[in-house]
Amino acid sequence: MSGWSREQLAARAARDIPDGAYVNLGIGQPERVADLMPPGREIILHSENGILGMGPAPSPENRDMELINAGKKPVTLLAGGAFFHHADSFAMIRGGHIDVCILGAFEVTCGGDMANWSTGDKGPPAVGGAMDLVAGAREVRVMMSHQTARGAPKLLEALSLPATGRRVVKRVYTELAVLDPLGEVFRVVELAPGVDAEQLRAATGAPIAF
Amino acid sequence: MIDKRYDDALAAVSDVKDGSTVLIGGFGEAGNPTELIHALIEQGARELTVINNNAGNGEIGLARLLKARRVRKIVCSFPRGTHSHVFDELYAANQIELELTPQGTLAERLRAGGAGVAGFYTPTAAGTDLARGKETRIFGDREYLLELAIRADFALIKAEKADRWGNLVYNKAARNFSPVMAMAAEVTVVQARRLCEPGELDPETIVTPSIFVDRIVHVPDPIRESDHLRDLDQELAR
Repeated sequence: MSGWSREQLAARAARDIPDGAYVNLGIGQPERVADLMPPGREIILHSENGILGMGPAPSPENRDMELINAGKKPVTLLAGGAFFHHADSFAMIRGGHIDVCILGAFEVTCGGDMANWSTGDKGPPAVGGAMDLVAGAREVRVMMSHQTARGAPKLLEALSLPATGRRVVKRVYTELAVLDPLGEVFRVVELAPGVDAEQLRAATGAPIAF
Repeated sequence: MIDKRYDDALAAVSDVKDGSTVLIGGFGEAGNPTELIHALIEQGARELTVINNNAGNGEIGLARLLKARRVRKIVCSFPRGTHSHVFDELYAANQIELELTPQGTLAERLRAGGAGVAGFYTPTAAGTDLARGKETRIFGDREYLLELAIRADFALIKAEKADRWGNLVYNKAARNFSPVMAMAAEVTVVQARRLCEPGELDPETIVTPSIFVDRIVHVPDPIRESDHLRDLDQELAR
Protein backbone atom coordinates (compact mmCIF):
# COMPACT_ATOMS: atom_id res chain seq x y z
CA MET A 1 0.00 0.00 0.00
CA SER A 2 1.69 3.23 -1.06
CA GLY A 3 -0.70 6.18 -1.08
CA TRP A 4 -0.02 9.91 -1.29
CA SER A 5 2.90 11.67 0.35
CA ARG A 6 2.02 14.64 2.57
CA GLU A 7 2.95 16.97 -0.25
CA GLN A 8 0.86 15.08 -2.79
CA LEU A 9 -2.05 15.04 -0.37
CA ALA A 10 -1.88 18.80 0.15
CA ALA A 11 -1.71 19.30 -3.62
CA ARG A 12 -4.73 16.99 -4.03
CA ALA A 13 -6.76 19.04 -1.55
CA ALA A 14 -5.61 22.28 -3.19
CA ARG A 15 -6.83 20.99 -6.57
CA ASP A 16 -10.43 20.98 -5.30
CA ILE A 17 -10.39 24.68 -4.39
CA PRO A 18 -12.17 26.79 -7.01
CA ASP A 19 -10.79 29.99 -8.50
CA GLY A 20 -11.75 33.03 -6.44
CA ALA A 21 -12.41 31.15 -3.19
CA TYR A 22 -11.58 32.50 0.28
CA VAL A 23 -10.06 29.57 2.14
CA ASN A 24 -9.02 29.12 5.76
CA LEU A 25 -6.26 26.63 6.54
CA GLY A 26 -6.09 24.99 9.96
CA ILE A 27 -3.12 23.79 11.98
CA GLY A 28 -1.12 20.72 10.98
CA GLN A 29 -1.31 19.02 7.61
CA PRO A 30 -3.57 21.71 6.05
CA GLU A 31 -0.78 24.29 6.47
CA ARG A 32 1.02 22.59 3.54
CA VAL A 33 -1.81 23.51 1.16
CA ALA A 34 -0.49 27.10 1.12
CA ASP A 35 2.71 25.87 -0.54
CA LEU A 36 0.95 23.89 -3.25
CA MET A 37 -1.75 26.13 -4.68
CA PRO A 38 -2.82 25.14 -8.20
CA PRO A 39 -1.36 27.47 -10.85
CA GLY A 40 -3.70 29.65 -12.86
CA ARG A 41 -6.19 30.27 -10.06
CA GLU A 42 -6.50 33.23 -7.71
CA ILE A 43 -7.34 31.79 -4.31
CA ILE A 44 -7.19 33.96 -1.21
CA LEU A 45 -5.98 32.17 1.89
CA HIS A 46 -7.20 33.35 5.29
CA SER A 47 -5.21 32.73 8.44
CA GLU A 48 -7.18 33.07 11.68
CA ASN A 49 -4.49 35.25 13.27
CA GLY A 50 -5.34 38.15 10.99
CA ILE A 51 -4.13 37.56 7.44
CA LEU A 52 -5.89 37.50 4.07
CA GLY A 53 -3.73 36.73 1.06
CA MET A 54 -1.38 34.40 2.91
CA GLY A 55 1.34 33.02 0.64
CA PRO A 56 3.68 30.03 0.85
CA ALA A 57 6.45 29.53 3.40
CA PRO A 58 9.38 31.96 2.93
CA SER A 59 12.98 31.11 2.16
CA PRO A 60 14.98 30.77 5.41
CA GLU A 61 16.58 34.23 5.07
CA ASN A 62 13.14 35.85 4.71
CA ARG A 63 11.55 34.39 7.84
CA ASP A 64 9.65 36.94 9.89
CA MET A 65 8.15 35.67 13.14
CA GLU A 66 5.58 38.47 13.07
CA LEU A 67 4.21 37.03 9.81
CA ILE A 68 3.11 33.54 10.85
CA ASN A 69 0.21 31.18 10.16
CA ALA A 70 -2.26 29.51 12.55
CA GLY A 71 0.38 26.87 13.32
CA LYS A 72 2.81 29.67 14.30
CA LYS A 73 5.09 28.96 11.35
CA PRO A 74 6.48 31.74 9.12
CA VAL A 75 4.56 32.49 5.93
CA THR A 76 4.51 35.25 3.32
CA LEU A 77 1.96 37.82 2.17
CA LEU A 78 0.83 37.97 -1.45
CA ALA A 79 0.32 41.25 -3.31
CA GLY A 80 -3.16 42.41 -2.29
CA GLY A 81 -2.89 40.79 1.12
CA ALA A 82 -4.20 42.47 4.27
CA PHE A 83 -3.77 42.36 8.04
CA PHE A 84 -6.56 42.84 10.59
CA HIS A 85 -7.26 42.16 14.25
CA HIS A 86 -8.68 38.99 15.74
CA ALA A 87 -12.29 40.13 16.12
CA ASP A 88 -12.41 41.07 12.43
CA SER A 89 -10.67 37.83 11.52
CA PHE A 90 -13.28 35.79 13.33
CA ALA A 91 -16.11 37.97 12.00
CA MET A 92 -14.95 36.69 8.59
CA ILE A 93 -15.22 33.13 9.91
CA ARG A 94 -18.31 33.41 12.10
CA GLY A 95 -20.13 35.75 9.73
CA GLY A 96 -20.16 33.17 6.94
CA HIS A 97 -17.60 34.86 4.68
CA ILE A 98 -15.15 31.94 4.36
CA ASP A 99 -15.97 29.65 1.43
CA VAL A 100 -13.92 26.64 2.47
CA CYS A 101 -11.90 25.64 5.49
CA ILE A 102 -9.51 22.71 5.67
CA LEU A 103 -8.91 21.41 9.18
CA GLY A 104 -6.89 18.66 10.76
CA ALA A 105 -8.78 16.13 12.89
CA PHE A 106 -8.43 13.20 15.29
CA GLU A 107 -11.64 11.53 14.11
CA VAL A 108 -14.31 11.98 11.43
CA THR A 109 -17.52 9.95 11.09
CA CYS A 110 -19.47 8.91 8.01
CA GLY A 111 -22.19 11.21 9.33
CA GLY A 112 -19.82 14.19 9.04
CA ASP A 113 -19.10 14.60 12.75
CA MET A 114 -15.57 15.56 13.66
CA ALA A 115 -13.35 15.68 16.75
CA ASN A 116 -10.11 17.64 16.88
CA TRP A 117 -9.89 19.54 20.17
CA SER A 118 -9.82 17.14 23.09
CA THR A 119 -8.08 13.81 23.60
CA GLY A 120 -10.29 13.10 26.59
CA ASP A 121 -8.25 12.94 29.77
CA LYS A 122 -4.85 12.88 28.09
CA GLY A 123 -3.36 16.35 28.30
CA PRO A 124 -4.98 19.78 28.10
CA PRO A 125 -7.68 20.40 25.51
CA ALA A 126 -7.01 22.96 22.76
CA VAL A 127 -9.83 24.24 20.56
CA GLY A 128 -8.32 27.27 18.82
CA GLY A 129 -10.61 28.42 16.02
CA ALA A 130 -11.97 24.97 15.13
CA MET A 131 -15.45 25.40 16.62
CA ASP A 132 -15.77 28.86 15.07
CA LEU A 133 -14.82 27.41 11.69
CA VAL A 134 -17.21 24.46 11.76
CA ALA A 135 -20.03 26.80 12.81
CA GLY A 136 -19.23 29.58 10.35
CA ALA A 137 -17.37 28.40 7.24
CA ARG A 138 -19.58 27.55 4.26
CA GLU A 139 -17.82 24.23 3.70
CA VAL A 140 -15.65 22.20 6.05
CA ARG A 141 -13.08 19.75 4.74
CA VAL A 142 -10.63 17.66 6.75
CA MET A 143 -7.10 16.62 5.94
CA MET A 144 -5.56 14.00 8.22
CA SER A 145 -3.77 10.67 8.42
CA HIS A 146 -6.09 7.75 7.73
CA GLN A 147 -5.16 5.98 10.98
CA THR A 148 -3.56 6.88 14.30
CA ALA A 149 0.15 6.31 14.89
CA ARG A 150 -0.89 3.03 16.56
CA GLY A 151 -2.85 1.91 13.52
CA ALA A 152 -6.36 2.56 14.86
CA PRO A 153 -8.91 3.92 12.39
CA LYS A 154 -9.75 7.63 12.48
CA LEU A 155 -12.67 7.37 10.05
CA LEU A 156 -15.44 5.94 12.18
CA GLU A 157 -19.18 5.34 12.52
CA ALA A 158 -19.31 7.27 15.81
CA LEU A 159 -16.84 9.56 17.57
CA SER A 160 -14.96 8.24 20.58
CA LEU A 161 -13.67 11.74 21.44
CA PRO A 162 -15.62 14.93 22.26
CA ALA A 163 -17.14 16.50 19.13
CA THR A 164 -15.94 19.74 17.58
CA GLY A 165 -19.07 19.77 15.42
CA ARG A 166 -21.73 17.40 14.12
CA ARG A 167 -22.77 16.84 10.50
CA VAL A 168 -20.29 19.45 9.34
CA VAL A 169 -17.59 17.68 7.31
CA LYS A 170 -18.16 17.49 3.55
CA ARG A 171 -14.90 15.87 2.41
CA VAL A 172 -11.91 14.07 3.94
CA TYR A 173 -8.43 13.82 2.45
CA THR A 174 -6.11 11.12 3.77
CA GLU A 175 -2.94 9.54 2.39
CA LEU A 176 -5.11 6.64 1.18
CA ALA A 177 -8.17 8.27 -0.37
CA VAL A 178 -10.52 11.20 -0.82
CA LEU A 179 -13.84 10.39 0.84
CA ASP A 180 -17.18 12.15 1.31
CA PRO A 181 -19.22 11.41 4.46
CA LEU A 182 -22.71 10.63 3.18
CA GLY A 183 -24.49 9.65 6.40
CA GLU A 184 -24.34 5.85 6.62
CA VAL A 185 -21.15 5.45 4.58
CA PHE A 186 -18.06 7.20 3.30
CA ARG A 187 -18.26 7.47 -0.47
CA VAL A 188 -14.83 7.00 -2.03
CA VAL A 189 -14.17 9.86 -4.44
CA GLU A 190 -10.66 8.76 -5.31
CA LEU A 191 -8.18 6.12 -4.21
CA ALA A 192 -4.53 7.08 -3.88
CA PRO A 193 -2.14 5.31 -6.26
CA GLY A 194 -1.34 1.77 -5.15
CA VAL A 195 -4.27 1.56 -2.72
CA ASP A 196 -7.11 -0.88 -3.42
CA ALA A 197 -10.62 -1.12 -2.05
CA GLU A 198 -9.83 -3.96 0.37
CA GLN A 199 -6.89 -2.10 1.89
CA LEU A 200 -9.01 1.00 2.32
CA ARG A 201 -11.86 -1.00 3.88
CA ALA A 202 -9.46 -2.62 6.36
CA ALA A 203 -8.05 0.75 7.41
CA THR A 204 -11.46 2.41 7.83
CA GLY A 205 -13.74 2.10 10.85
CA ALA A 206 -16.95 2.76 8.93
CA PRO A 207 -18.60 1.37 5.78
CA ILE A 208 -17.22 2.65 2.48
CA ALA A 209 -18.94 2.71 -0.88
CA PHE A 210 -17.75 3.38 -4.41
CA MET B 1 -0.22 68.14 27.66
CA ILE B 2 -0.98 64.45 27.26
CA ASP B 3 2.04 62.26 27.60
CA LYS B 4 1.38 58.57 28.35
CA ARG B 5 5.04 57.57 28.17
CA TYR B 6 6.58 55.81 31.17
CA ASP B 7 10.30 55.62 31.80
CA ASP B 8 10.37 51.89 32.25
CA ALA B 9 8.19 48.79 32.17
CA LEU B 10 8.25 48.24 35.93
CA ALA B 11 6.79 51.69 36.60
CA ALA B 12 4.06 51.04 34.03
CA VAL B 13 2.82 47.89 35.82
CA SER B 14 3.52 49.00 39.41
CA ASP B 15 -0.17 49.07 40.46
CA VAL B 16 -1.21 45.59 39.31
CA LYS B 17 -2.74 44.04 42.41
CA ASP B 18 -2.97 40.45 43.65
CA GLY B 19 -6.03 38.85 42.05
CA SER B 20 -6.09 41.21 39.07
CA THR B 21 -7.34 40.13 35.66
CA VAL B 22 -4.72 40.79 32.98
CA LEU B 23 -5.16 40.59 29.21
CA ILE B 24 -1.95 39.69 27.39
CA GLY B 25 -1.72 40.21 23.63
CA GLY B 26 0.01 37.91 21.18
CA PHE B 27 -0.57 34.81 19.09
CA GLY B 28 2.29 32.37 19.06
CA GLU B 29 5.28 34.65 19.35
CA ALA B 30 3.82 37.46 17.25
CA GLY B 31 2.79 40.41 19.40
CA ASN B 32 3.85 39.11 22.80
CA PRO B 33 4.63 41.96 25.23
CA THR B 34 7.47 39.93 26.74
CA GLU B 35 9.23 42.84 28.48
CA LEU B 36 5.98 43.98 30.14
CA ILE B 37 5.36 40.43 31.39
CA HIS B 38 8.87 40.27 32.81
CA ALA B 39 8.21 43.57 34.59
CA LEU B 40 5.01 42.08 36.00
CA ILE B 41 7.03 39.14 37.36
CA GLU B 42 9.46 41.56 38.98
CA GLN B 43 6.54 43.59 40.35
CA GLY B 44 5.28 40.51 42.16
CA ALA B 45 1.45 40.45 41.84
CA ARG B 46 0.00 37.01 42.50
CA GLU B 47 -3.24 35.06 42.01
CA LEU B 48 -3.69 36.60 38.59
CA THR B 49 -6.29 35.65 36.01
CA VAL B 50 -4.61 35.87 32.61
CA ILE B 51 -6.31 35.97 29.23
CA ASN B 52 -4.17 35.13 26.20
CA ASN B 53 -4.76 32.99 23.12
CA ASN B 54 -2.13 30.49 24.22
CA ALA B 55 -0.47 29.49 27.48
CA GLY B 56 3.15 30.42 26.96
CA ASN B 57 6.05 28.86 25.10
CA GLY B 58 9.52 28.09 26.36
CA GLU B 59 10.47 29.83 29.59
CA ILE B 60 10.08 33.52 28.82
CA GLY B 61 7.11 35.85 28.88
CA LEU B 62 3.82 34.20 29.83
CA ALA B 63 5.51 30.82 30.41
CA ARG B 64 7.88 32.48 32.90
CA LEU B 65 4.93 34.16 34.65
CA LEU B 66 3.25 30.75 34.98
CA LYS B 67 6.47 29.13 36.19
CA ALA B 68 6.78 31.83 38.86
CA ARG B 69 3.34 30.63 40.05
CA ARG B 70 1.69 34.02 39.71
CA VAL B 71 -1.32 32.82 37.72
CA ARG B 72 -4.35 31.21 39.34
CA LYS B 73 -6.43 30.90 36.19
CA ILE B 74 -5.85 31.16 32.47
CA VAL B 75 -8.51 31.84 29.85
CA CYS B 76 -7.30 30.78 26.41
CA SER B 77 -8.22 28.93 23.23
CA PHE B 78 -5.11 26.88 22.55
CA PRO B 79 -2.74 26.03 25.43
CA ARG B 80 -0.95 23.34 23.41
CA GLY B 81 2.33 24.37 21.79
CA THR B 82 5.66 23.05 20.63
CA HIS B 83 7.22 24.31 23.87
CA SER B 84 4.26 24.56 26.29
CA HIS B 85 5.83 22.32 28.95
CA VAL B 86 5.46 24.88 31.77
CA PHE B 87 1.69 25.04 31.35
CA ASP B 88 1.42 21.29 30.67
CA GLU B 89 3.10 20.45 33.97
CA LEU B 90 0.99 22.88 36.00
CA TYR B 91 -2.17 21.59 34.33
CA ALA B 92 -1.25 17.94 34.92
CA ALA B 93 -0.57 18.74 38.59
CA ASN B 94 -3.91 20.56 38.89
CA GLN B 95 -2.11 23.77 39.85
CA ILE B 96 -3.76 26.06 37.35
CA GLU B 97 -7.36 26.56 36.35
CA LEU B 98 -8.08 26.50 32.61
CA GLU B 99 -11.10 28.12 30.98
CA LEU B 100 -11.01 26.97 27.37
CA THR B 101 -12.79 29.34 25.00
CA PRO B 102 -13.12 29.07 21.23
CA GLN B 103 -10.79 31.61 19.67
CA GLY B 104 -13.47 33.63 17.89
CA THR B 105 -15.62 33.65 21.01
CA LEU B 106 -12.61 34.91 22.97
CA ALA B 107 -12.01 37.75 20.50
CA GLU B 108 -15.71 38.67 20.46
CA ARG B 109 -15.99 38.54 24.28
CA LEU B 110 -13.15 41.05 24.42
CA ARG B 111 -14.65 43.24 21.70
CA ALA B 112 -17.99 43.15 23.54
CA GLY B 113 -16.28 44.04 26.80
CA GLY B 114 -14.62 47.02 25.17
CA ALA B 115 -17.84 48.15 23.51
CA GLY B 116 -20.12 47.99 26.57
CA VAL B 117 -21.98 44.90 25.34
CA ALA B 118 -22.74 42.53 28.23
CA GLY B 119 -22.95 39.37 26.17
CA PHE B 120 -23.97 37.92 22.81
CA TYR B 121 -25.36 34.76 21.26
CA THR B 122 -23.18 32.66 18.97
CA PRO B 123 -23.63 29.23 17.38
CA THR B 124 -19.94 28.49 17.97
CA ALA B 125 -19.56 25.51 20.34
CA ALA B 126 -23.33 24.92 20.60
CA GLY B 127 -23.99 21.24 21.25
CA THR B 128 -20.40 20.54 22.33
CA ASP B 129 -18.82 19.95 25.73
CA LEU B 130 -17.76 23.61 25.77
CA ALA B 131 -21.45 24.58 25.91
CA ARG B 132 -21.88 23.02 29.34
CA GLY B 133 -23.50 25.34 31.83
CA LYS B 134 -24.20 28.02 29.22
CA GLU B 135 -27.59 29.47 28.46
CA THR B 136 -28.86 28.51 25.01
CA ARG B 137 -31.46 30.01 22.76
CA ILE B 138 -32.88 29.05 19.38
CA PHE B 139 -32.86 31.70 16.65
CA GLY B 140 -34.49 30.44 13.44
CA ASP B 141 -33.60 26.75 13.35
CA ARG B 142 -30.24 27.04 15.01
CA GLU B 143 -29.02 26.80 18.60
CA TYR B 144 -26.91 29.65 19.99
CA LEU B 145 -24.93 30.03 23.21
CA LEU B 146 -24.92 33.07 25.42
CA GLU B 147 -21.32 34.18 25.85
CA LEU B 148 -20.41 36.92 28.30
CA ALA B 149 -18.15 39.90 27.69
CA ILE B 150 -14.69 40.04 29.22
CA ARG B 151 -13.44 43.15 30.96
CA ALA B 152 -10.11 43.27 32.71
CA ASP B 153 -8.08 45.41 35.09
CA PHE B 154 -5.06 45.60 32.79
CA ALA B 155 -4.08 44.85 29.22
CA LEU B 156 -0.43 44.33 28.28
CA ILE B 157 0.15 44.63 24.55
CA LYS B 158 2.89 45.27 22.01
CA ALA B 159 2.82 47.73 19.13
CA GLU B 160 5.21 48.72 16.38
CA LYS B 161 4.74 52.47 16.77
CA ALA B 162 3.06 54.70 19.32
CA ASP B 163 2.77 58.45 19.54
CA ARG B 164 2.75 60.01 23.00
CA TRP B 165 -1.07 60.22 22.95
CA GLY B 166 -1.20 56.44 22.49
CA ASN B 167 -2.25 56.08 18.88
CA LEU B 168 -0.91 52.72 17.72
CA VAL B 169 0.08 50.86 14.62
CA TYR B 170 1.19 47.24 14.64
CA ASN B 171 3.45 45.02 12.56
CA LYS B 172 1.86 42.40 10.31
CA ALA B 173 0.26 39.48 12.20
CA ALA B 174 1.57 40.81 15.52
CA ARG B 175 -1.65 42.87 15.67
CA ASN B 176 -3.90 39.85 16.50
CA PHE B 177 -5.72 40.37 19.85
CA SER B 178 -4.10 43.67 20.85
CA PRO B 179 -6.71 46.09 19.45
CA VAL B 180 -9.63 44.33 21.19
CA MET B 181 -7.67 43.86 24.40
CA ALA B 182 -6.78 47.56 24.45
CA MET B 183 -10.52 48.30 24.40
CA ALA B 184 -11.45 45.84 27.15
CA ALA B 185 -9.16 46.89 30.01
CA GLU B 186 -9.32 49.63 32.62
CA VAL B 187 -5.61 50.27 32.11
CA THR B 188 -3.91 49.43 28.82
CA VAL B 189 -0.13 49.31 28.85
CA VAL B 190 1.72 49.22 25.54
CA GLN B 191 5.31 48.35 24.78
CA ALA B 192 6.20 49.98 21.49
CA ARG B 193 9.23 49.44 19.34
CA ARG B 194 9.22 53.05 18.14
CA LEU B 195 7.85 56.25 19.63
CA CYS B 196 6.79 59.33 17.72
CA GLU B 197 4.97 62.64 18.12
CA PRO B 198 1.24 63.17 17.48
CA GLY B 199 0.79 63.90 13.78
CA GLU B 200 3.54 61.58 12.61
CA LEU B 201 1.21 58.58 12.21
CA ASP B 202 -1.09 58.80 9.19
CA PRO B 203 -4.57 59.18 10.75
CA GLU B 204 -6.01 56.94 8.01
CA THR B 205 -3.83 54.05 9.14
CA ILE B 206 -3.98 54.31 12.95
CA VAL B 207 -5.28 50.93 14.13
CA THR B 208 -5.80 51.60 17.82
CA PRO B 209 -6.90 55.18 18.57
CA SER B 210 -5.32 56.75 21.64
CA ILE B 211 -8.51 56.67 23.76
CA PHE B 212 -7.90 52.95 24.36
CA VAL B 213 -4.32 53.39 25.57
CA ASP B 214 -3.13 54.56 29.00
CA ARG B 215 0.61 53.89 29.29
CA ILE B 216 3.44 53.54 26.80
CA VAL B 217 6.87 52.01 27.36
CA HIS B 218 9.61 52.21 24.74
CA VAL B 219 11.13 48.77 24.08
CA PRO B 220 13.17 49.23 20.90
CA ASP B 221 14.67 45.77 20.68
CA PRO B 222 12.32 43.21 22.25
CA ILE B 223 13.29 39.62 23.02
CA ARG B 224 12.57 37.26 20.14
CA GLU B 225 10.86 34.09 21.34
CA SER B 226 12.23 32.07 18.40
CA ASP B 227 15.80 32.88 19.49
CA HIS B 228 14.96 31.78 23.03
CA LEU B 229 13.32 28.54 21.83
CA ARG B 230 16.34 27.76 19.65
CA ASP B 231 18.66 28.24 22.62
CA LEU B 232 16.35 26.15 24.81
CA ASP B 233 16.33 23.31 22.27
CA GLN B 234 20.13 23.40 22.03
CA GLU B 235 20.37 23.30 25.82
CA LEU B 236 18.04 20.30 26.00
CA ALA B 237 19.97 18.51 23.25
CA ARG B 238 23.19 18.75 25.27
